[in-house]
Amino acid sequence: MYQYVVKRLLLMIPTLIGAALLVFFLLRLLPGDVCEVRLAGTGLFASQEDIDICRKELGLDDSLYEQFIAFAGGYFTGDLGKSMWTGQPVVHEIQVRFKLSLQLAIMSTLVAVIIALPLGIVSAVKQNTWIDYLVRAFSIAGIGIPSFWLGIMIILGLLIITQAWFGAGWMPPINYVSPFEDPIGNLAQLIWPALATGYRYSAVATRMTRSAMLEVLREDYVRTARAKGLIERVVINRHALKNALLPVVTIIAIEFAFLIGGLVVTEQVFNLNGLGKLFVDSVGNQDFALTQHLVMLVVLIFVMTNLVVDILYAWLDPRIRYS
Amino acid sequence: MPKLLEVENLRTQFHTTEGTVKAVDGITYDVSEGETVAIVGESGCGKSVGAMSILRLIPHPPGEILEGSRILFGGKDLLAMGDEEIRHVRGGRISMVFQEPMTSLNPVLTIGLQLTETMMLHLGLGQPEADRRAVELLGMVGIGEPERRLKQYPHHFSGGMRQRVMIALALSCNPRLIIADEPTTALDVTIQAQILELMRNLTKQMGVALIVITHNLGVVARYAERVIVMYAGKIVESGTADQIYHNPRHPYTIGLLNSVPRMDLRQGGKRLVPIEGQPPDLTRLDGGCSYRPRCRWAVEACARSIPALEAVGDGQIAACFRAGERALDLEREFDLDEASGA
Ligand SMILES: Nc1ncnc2c1ncn2[C@@H]1O[C@H](COP(=O)(O)OP(=O)(O)O)[C@@H](O)[C@H]1O
Ligand code: SF4
Ligand SMILES: [Mg+2]
Repeated sequence: MYQYVVKRLLLMIPTLIGAALLVFFLLRLLPGDVCEVRLAGTGLFASQEDIDICRKELGLDDSLYEQFIAFAGGYFTGDLGKSMWTGQPVVHEIQVRFKLSLQLAIMSTLVAVIIALPLGIVSAVKQNTWIDYLVRAFSIAGIGIPSFWLGIMIILGLLIITQAWFGAGWMPPINYVSPFEDPIGNLAQLIWPALATGYRYSAVATRMTRSAMLEVLREDYVRTARAKGLIERVVINRHALKNALLPVVTIIAIEFAFLIGGLVVTEQVFNLNGLGKLFVDSVGNQDFALTQHLVMLVVLIFVMTNLVVDILYAWLDPRIRYS
Repeated sequence: MPKLLEVENLRTQFHTTEGTVKAVDGITYDVSEGETVAIVGESGCGKSVGAMSILRLIPHPPGEILEGSRILFGGKDLLAMGDEEIRHVRGGRISMVFQEPMTSLNPVLTIGLQLTETMMLHLGLGQPEADRRAVELLGMVGIGEPERRLKQYPHHFSGGMRQRVMIALALSCNPRLIIADEPTTALDVTIQAQILELMRNLTKQMGVALIVITHNLGVVARYAERVIVMYAGKIVESGTADQIYHNPRHPYTIGLLNSVPRMDLRQGGKRLVPIEGQPPDLTRLDGGCSYRPRCRWAVEACARSIPALEAVGDGQIAACFRAGERALDLEREFDLDEASGA
């Protein structure tokens, strides 16, 4: 197992190089660059000289080869350079937002799991009863309701309820505080978007849990477990659930990796300064330096998540042994 | 011998979109303490459903055991028991061995856990005693290095070995009855005999009654004291093994005998004759004998009503209007004298 993990970690290097090549050249295919965006943004006529000067400063007039080496070399040595838009170090730009986004992704995933597993299990066990229908309606609603609408409803709801109960309206704080310094303030800010996102993402996981569970409940070994006289709770929790978890783990992991960079709308609604907004801004500004490293970060998270999933698989299913 | 199990007019149906499947349609039989009974019939005739009905393992819906069915075990009706009570019977008093050794054990739990959890539940053993007994049981069913094997998972075992584990599991809580549903069908021929032998020896040794279900009348011969032949959800003939093998009275039984190689008869170069045609659709049974479309002896009366089970010998019963006629014997394709002389 240890050897396997090392091997997988080494295999990440070619994956990352491939991703770096891809993102680098795809970005260069876009028409325009950060200098045009910046100078055009002033609304004044931008002379070719100004643009050239800007490009020279940012190294955009170097050959593609030199630029790529600078980017990839920087990536693997940990020197991510500066944002082409703000001039701030890329590490700094990402760091502040990454903490929030990571925490939000973890919390949303937890919410999703806490909703999905029990609901998926009961709806499978009580297949085609009103409980099952209720659960399915609840989870379809999760996919159907747009996240911005749910977000706005939560904020409005909070305002109205606090107004009614305490006489003063309350809204979640806007500034991110570390959960280690001010856990209550931190929770007060992030629990709401986590609930909204978690609910939305629980839908797929609930359905996956339900269908995996239904399949497992038809297996011969579940019949054996019942024929042994085990109580139904043991049949479900010990004999069925562990087998049903494999596909669910995959779905949840993919969602988790996606949540780290993908919560653009939720961040907007809850006024959060996260990676989603940074992503959109940096692409809009044609801030190649920042965009490249953001993409690389997301790739890294996906690859790591995959590794964790594979390790979880081996733990859940003894037939899977890596060597 | 005292009756251990008495099945009375058991009817089990499945309500499907194609109609109601009368999988088991009014079967009555009994099993005495320590006795081995074989239930034989082609695939789809309701053997498994009949067996699972005993432990109430029929999925509901779509399955349903009809009112009026009774299954007395030690005098108590299993069908009238509460959930808690029937759970103590399952695995504790009556245990099952299933057809598919490859899928009947849980792939993600160790053999040890799967063996001990039942003993801890029914015998109230603690983990250490349960472990000790598990080692003992694996030894009994002929699995080497039991201590090491307990920590392994089902995929470390071959099909035959898994079936041995299933037998150990079935025996683990000192049951009074074991129901083995085609325990060897999925195994290699060479292993089939070993497994049957093992089951017979252990059940005899421990005085456990055994219902062994099979679609092959040839193999059961040596293992059962009594044989019950099922067709389309009904019992069509039953009697001692001797009666069924040497003096079958129902055309279906005769057909089954002619279609399998026999160990107890010299077949004198006669070829095996499969029964032509297919068993009937269990959703569309009419008011006549269900074997009629395939029966060489069918007469007009066979279409008019369903033949009832009637005594045709000492303790032997058959459901055929013509069961008493000698004509059936003459058509049999094996040599009777040689059989009785052997
Ligand atoms: N869960 C089910 N739903 C519908 N029909 C079923 C179900 N289980 C069994 N049956 C039907 O019941 C009949 C008897 O099946 P079974 O007892 O498994 O036959 P066998 O004698 O081969 O063991 C078959 O026609 C089968 O299709
Ligand atoms: S009752 Fe008639 S059709 Fe049915 S088995 Fe006997 S002879 Fe054949
Ligand atoms: Mg069967």
